[in-house]
Amino acid sequence: MGAATPVVELKQITKRFPGIVANDSISLKLHKGEIHALLGENGAGKSTLMNIVFGLYQPDEGSIEVNGKPVIIDSPNKAIELGIGMVHQHFKLVQPFTVTENIVLGMEPKKMGIQLDYKTSVAKIQKLSDQYGLKVNPHAKIQDISVGMQQRVEILKTLYRGADILIFDEPTAVLTPQEINDLMGIMKRLVEEGKSIILITHKLKEIMQISDNVTIIRRGKVIDTVKTSETNPNELAEKMVGRSVSFKVDKKPASPKQNVLEVQNLTMKNKEGVSVLNGLNLNVRAGEILGIAGVDGNGQSELIEAITGLCQVDSGIIMLNGKDITNKSPRFITESGVSHIPEDRHKHGLVLDFSMSENMVLETYYKPPYNKAGFLSKKEIDKQAKRLIEAFDVRTPSIETKARSLSGGNQQKAIIAREIDKNPDLLIAAQPTRGLDVGAIEFVQKQLVAQRDQGKAVLLISFELDEIMNVSDRIAVIYEGQIVGEVLPEETNDQELGLMMAGSKKSGGKA
Amino acid sequence: MMSKLFKIFSVNSLLVPLVAVVMGLIVGAIIMLIGGYDPLLAYGSLFKTVFGNVYDFGETIREITPLIMTGLAVAFAFRAGLFNIGAEGQYIVGMTAATAVGIKLSGLPIVVHALVAIIAGGLAGGIWAGITGYLKAKRGVNEVIISIMLNWTALYFSNYIVRNFLLEKGQQRSEEIKDTASISIGWLSTAFDNARMHWGTIIAILAAVFFFIYMWKSKQGYELRAVGHNGHAAQYAGMSVKKNIVKAMFISGVFAGLGGAFQVLGVFHYQAIFTGSPGIGFDGIAVALIGLNHPFGILLSASLFGILTYGSAGMSFGAEVPPEIIRIVIGSIIFFIAAQGIVRWVLKPFYLKRKKEKVL
Repeated sequence: MGAATPVVELKQITKRFPGIVANDSISLKLHKGEIHALLGENGAGKSTLMNIVFGLYQPDEGSIEVNGKPVIIDSPNKAIELGIGMVHQHFKLVQPFTVTENIVLGMEPKKMGIQLDYKTSVAKIQKLSDQYGLKVNPHAKIQDISVGMQQRVEILKTLYRGADILIFDEPTAVLTPQEINDLMGIMKRLVEEGKSIILITHKLKEIMQISDNVTIIRRGKVIDTVKTSETNPNELAEKMVGRSVSFKVDKKPASPKQNVLEVQNLTMKNKEGVSVLNGLNLNVRAGEILGIAGVDGNGQSELIEAITGLCQVDSGIIMLNGKDITNKSPRFITESGVSHIPEDRHKHGLVLDFSMSENMVLETYYKPPYNKAGFLSKKEIDKQAKRLIEAFDVRTPSIETKARSLSGGNQQKAIIAREIDKNPDLLIAAQPTRGLDVGAIEFVQKQLVAQRDQGKAVLLISFELDEIMNVSDRIAVIYEGQIVGEVLPEETNDQELGLMMAGSKKSGGKA
Repeated sequence: MMSKLFKIFSVNSLLVPLVAVVMGLIVGAIIMLIGGYDPLLAYGSLFKTVFGNVYDFGETIREITPLIMTGLAVAFAFRAGLFNIGAEGQYIVGMTAATAVGIKLSGLPIVVHALVAIIAGGLAGGIWAGITGYLKAKRGVNEVIISIMLNWTALYFSNYIVRNFLLEKGQQRSEEIKDTASISIGWLSTAFDNARMHWGTIIAILAAVFFFIYMWKSKQGYELRAVGHNGHAAQYAGMSVKKNIVKAMFISGVFAGLGGAFQVLGVFHYQAIFTGSPGIGFDGIAVALIGLNHPFGILLSASLFGILTYGSAGMSFGAEVPPEIIRIVIGSIIFFIAAQGIVRWVLKPFYLKRKKEKVL
């Protein structure tokens, strides 16, 4: 395999953006039938590089060869022509259309030159789906199928367009563990059928599991290319971040004090009238991290929305430092000393089309010194933004940059900076490390522990058991809108937690 | 300050509408050629009409003024994430309120009467739009649908008021407003050969400046933009999304209502019974679009719109081209702005050239 001509070869690719060298002389070879992982932190330049391969950007320097021939890829259409397909992280599908309609969109088989030949389309897609074991129903509407299925539609889209080289951009970020396993199987099947794959990811586990080779990128430069069989997660993490990374969180034992948050008998129905919180009780003390473990959809989001005032509860009491904050407005609750790192940073955490500067005062803009008699002081806001961005090492070309153009990790850092800087009594962190790379995860978890050490109460909600086990001082398990048990991390294990998360109550122990 | 101005009209954002305008004119020319007209002569006489003598130039400014106001109205709501298609109705109730105050109030001194009439027009427009905002915020009804319905309501409501309370006997229009309520500028009109010049134009420009400062410098503007871009984040940050929707619609309606008031107080001095919608509010949507929803962009696009509309009369006179052709031109411009991809495709060769030069 080593001697054969690579299907894609990148030679010395350099791409500069204002203020940043995104790709600095990057070279990479992809061979036929290979799964080549591209590993790097958020903002390391992986996506930029792949957008160059897919024709969305033009490199400033360097060249690309496909099957040994130099090519200029100046548009995605050209990339598709060359047999390069991209499975995007955020799917580009038309929700009310069927699977078939989505796949043929733009390349429809036609009857008499105008009418869509639906039958032929379906047949073609069925055949592709069978060949690669994708098990997609060509007639289903996108809005009715799961995220994992939607991703397969994206894969089919590239195959339908004749792709031999598939680029997967963070494909597992949106999938459940089961779906991840299925995807791994599909990727293996694809290379067996002669396709080649570039896998962009920052998840070490997946790389170890499926890739043949790994190229590690850090700050736009290739650090190394290694055979997966000859490396290990620790080595990869170290190369990616540039220092040794501990997967274990360093922390002293907690010394919890008085109750900061008390939740009593909380009940709540959602818009459809279904009970989502059923008499939930919990408390968080100053100087401790309470981790809420649970499977997605057991009332975690609703619990946070109730505490932060984004939703109204039907009954029950929420007390903060002995003060009733039940069904108060979000602003009242914020001002009472609650900070909230939201689950969905794009939905709640940031106004993506605002500048970083504007985003850093999202909850404080109305107060002095930012607000002077109804006018916003750009000087003061910029000063604050600069301070936070420096203190939390948010990598952005400037404070005027729109939040949208930052990488996920840097967006999250910005939110954490903003929330911690408010100096809250209670910090709610919902899925704070979702979609982040190991370096950023370490950073975020350290910040949570630091807040705890300063005597703040921290409420951590996470679907990642590892995170719950590593970071929490105390673990409460949520199931169907109730806390079904509390355990200490040093006295439990994944199995016990897993059982509780599935609904079996823990007997004994501290309730 | 200059550099800031430059940033607002940065090459990229200004280039697309400019090219769209040129392409729109070309489409118009092609259609004229197909129809057997001479496009050069037609455009020539269009611009000769507008810039040929002071009277027509003044009248063009008169034409531009209400377009600025309705353009600002649509853009303001848009910045807050709302599509105010009801500027038309707000414009009409603004006219009627100003007319009523101009006719019925008496004994007020000269400037005060005019001011009261202007404020009445603005408030009427604001309240009319506020209804839409309120229903959207409280009941979640789509603002487009409500405001379209309110356009018709405004039209017939206005006609009812004029016919029953303000009618000039034997005419299909209201009485004339009192002289004290007029905002015409006599000396300027004289200088422009009796073109109908009025203070509304000045206020329209000030309104654009207000729009800019309010939207990008004030606390309330920050809230409106946050709600417009991402209501969830705004709620998370403790802003009241509902309050901001009503507020945005109200201010938007004030702009449109003022436009209507200026038209009565500065131009006609009476209100006719409408047989159909005047269309100024609808044109405001196009003006906002071409002006990229930026107040200073709207000053430019309203001017363009006004010049084309007013000049189209001269086009038929000078080149015998039906003035409706100009609506095709305007339609094409909007099309090209909406379909920015086409414009960028046309521009692409120039970009590539520039890039290559940079590399060398």
